[in-house]
Amino acid sequence: MLLTDPSKKISFNRCIRDGDLVIVYERHDSMKAVKVCKNSVLQNRFGVFKHSDWIGKPFGSKVFSNKNGFVYLLTPTPELWTLVLSHRTQILYIADISLVIMYLEIVPGCLVLESGTGSGSLTTSLARAVAPTGHVYTFDFHEQRAASAREDFEKTGISTLVTVGVRDIQGEGFPDEFSGLADSVFLDLPQPWLAIPSAGKMLKQDGILCSFSPCIEQVQRSCETLRSNFTDIRTFEILLRSYDVREWRMDCSKVDEGTSIACPPCKRRQPSGEGSVRDHQSSPAVMARPSAEARGHTGYLTFARLKCIL
Amino acid sequence: MSENKPQSDSIQNPRVTWEGCSVLLDINDGDRLVFARLSAGSTLKFGNKTCSLQPLIGCPFGSLFQVESGKEKPYLSRYIPSTEEGNAQDEGGCQLKEESRDNRAIIDNNQAQCLTGEDIDAMKRQGATGNEIVEALIANSATFEKKTQFSQEKYRLKKQKKYAPKVLLRRPFSRSICEAYFKKYPARIGFLRVDALSLLLSMANVTANSDVLVVDMVGGLLTGAVAERLGGTGSLCNTYPGGTPYPMEIIRMFNFNSEICKRILRCSPKDLCSAQNGTDEQVGQQKDVSTVESQSNEQTSLSVSTEEVHLSSENNVADLVPENELSTVSKTCKAPKAGDKAPKEAIQLWKENGFSSLIIAAPEQDAWSLVKDLLPLLSYSAPFAIYHQYLQPLATCMHNLQLEKMAIGLQISEPWLREYQVLPSRTHPCMQMSGSGGYILSGTRTFTSQS
Repeated sequence: MLLTDPSKKISFNRCIRDGDLVIVYERHDSMKAVKVCKNSVLQNRFGVFKHSDWIGKPFGSKVFSNKNGFVYLLTPTPELWTLVLSHRTQILYIADISLVIMYLEIVPGCLVLESGTGSGSLTTSLARAVAPTGHVYTFDFHEQRAASAREDFEKTGISTLVTVGVRDIQGEGFPDEFSGLADSVFLDLPQPWLAIPSAGKMLKQDGILCSFSPCIEQVQRSCETLRSNFTDIRTFEILLRSYDVREWRMDCSKVDEGTSIACPPCKRRQPSGEGSVRDHQSSPAVMARPSAEARGHTGYLTFARLKCIL
Repeated sequence: MSENKPQSDSIQNPRVTWEGCSVLLDINDGDRLVFARLSAGSTLKFGNKTCSLQPLIGCPFGSLFQVESGKEKPYLSRYIPSTEEGNAQDEGGCQLKEESRDNRAIIDNNQAQCLTGEDIDAMKRQGATGNEIVEALIANSATFEKKTQFSQEKYRLKKQKKYAPKVLLRRPFSRSICEAYFKKYPARIGFLRVDALSLLLSMANVTANSDVLVVDMVGGLLTGAVAERLGGTGSLCNTYPGGTPYPMEIIRMFNFNSEICKRILRCSPKDLCSAQNGTDEQVGQQKDVSTVESQSNEQTSLSVSTEEVHLSSENNVADLVPENELSTVSKTCKAPKAGDKAPKEAIQLWKENGFSSLIIAAPEQDAWSLVKDLLPLLSYSAPFAIYHQYLQPLATCMHNLQLEKMAIGLQISEPWLREYQVLPSRTHPCMQMSGSGGYILSGTRTFTSQS
């Protein structure tokens, strides 16, 4: 998925090949990762799609089923991967992920430690940020989960950038071999305060730590622990509000002069006279409103810098 | 668990300052933010005092300095808080005893302090440190003991800021640069908040070896943030509908090495589009988009793109000042040049392969008129992200993209960011927050037989 291999880089001339991982896009909320295999088929509510029809088409193409249903085939990106990966745990989504990468100041070449690995949603974005010369060492105490994560990183082509270890970071801390080498550490653990002292040892001077916790009590305890060796401790909550857009012909024929409240958008935009108001009312307008359903909470992100005492 | 020894790239990611390095100085815990370039002659002003920045050269980022009055002139000295002191200060009364004191005995009659201004000046002449003055002020305050523990702490901090200002040496990263501008001059970066910037980079899948097409009307912040993620690989094409390059002076705040700088290229939309379908008509249309604003920028932006880039004023310090003052030339410090005109070969490659993503931050332009010309330059299946400070232009743009069937996965998102105060028994969201970080339209370009 990353561009470490130039032959896989997307371009006008890069077509789908046997063995590629593609994201099958039905709708923005309905996608699936599929490995292209020339003898295989994809079956969904739109019919049967032969993989052999896909090979040789550019990424981003619309492909049809036997029933003339269609899907789009996209190149995987960490954002799309987050939407299609199999949930073995609760995962981080784009808003939290983006802020974590930015606040941890991760750039190409960085060495980043993470625990736990979970479903590897954040790990994939961490790998993208440290590529091509950096590395992510991620740890989970759950052996099977670590193995599944390894398989996923193999599949998405980021395994050269990520090493998955099986280890109880809360209990044992990070391995000593990383002492003083980490640019950033990310913790998503039930009791992060247990791992904070070890994280402090791993970080370079002025290195940054982030802890993700759903509950404020966890944040409270983490911050108390952080105060002894860390500075610039800041806690955030980030959410995304999405908008529905539609074209709407405002019908104002029933409410003529005097009842301006009935149609405020039109009136406000065209204050210049009756005639133009009427014209505007009959022409369609594109409008946006916040989507009815939204995520209310994901977790708190606490960031802190290792105090610089050298 | 690992075959090769873990290591990280310290050349690309230096953690110690050097002569000529750009730094962000955080004075008194964010009260004042100053960008400076370190040199033997650079100085920083505190009120009527001037300190040399020389002691900051060769120090690790993250080090803290305190202004000491000094017998002749004030100077910056490295300040290392002892662990115990740090605890007492930071915890803000972690072991908060049952507080029995309150403000019933505090009378605001301006007689609580027995030390006079002359007394303090005398202490300074005798070479008292800032901390000693603060202690003397506390000892001579008639009401200090009556204050609650919390307000005692507040008093101490207020006096410390005045008599012993602290300077934190920070690495200029897109994070700190964006935060600093958003705090002081949000209009200059189109009100692009740091979380919105981080989303743009994710949504456009910016990573090493990618070829990113950028429209940056936010002073170079976006260009710098993308270049930081490319880390000296791939390429960044900064294009400028309107015929005149936009200023990108903020790039000078980043400590980009020449490897990173030479990946930042400029190209007019005319040159990019010509081979696409070579009609002069299209080029003419783009000229129309040119705004009064970009015209007026001509002078500055030309000087930025043609001269060596400098960050300095007379004393090599820039307090987030407008670009004209910033670009005053200094003889001592040179930063590598970014934003060269794209060579023919680069343009040819972009045309053959298409860009791997597009990011637009043109908060005063119509999104759709930019997108309809630039989207065809992207590879199929390439993601794009468009920032705008207003919702409506993005709604219209999204609607048109749907009608023209140019893209899928279209979504308008607005980030919401809330910071918390976390203290024992006093945890709550911060009283002030930013009301809006802007809007982002994201999506993926599709392949159609017409395209």
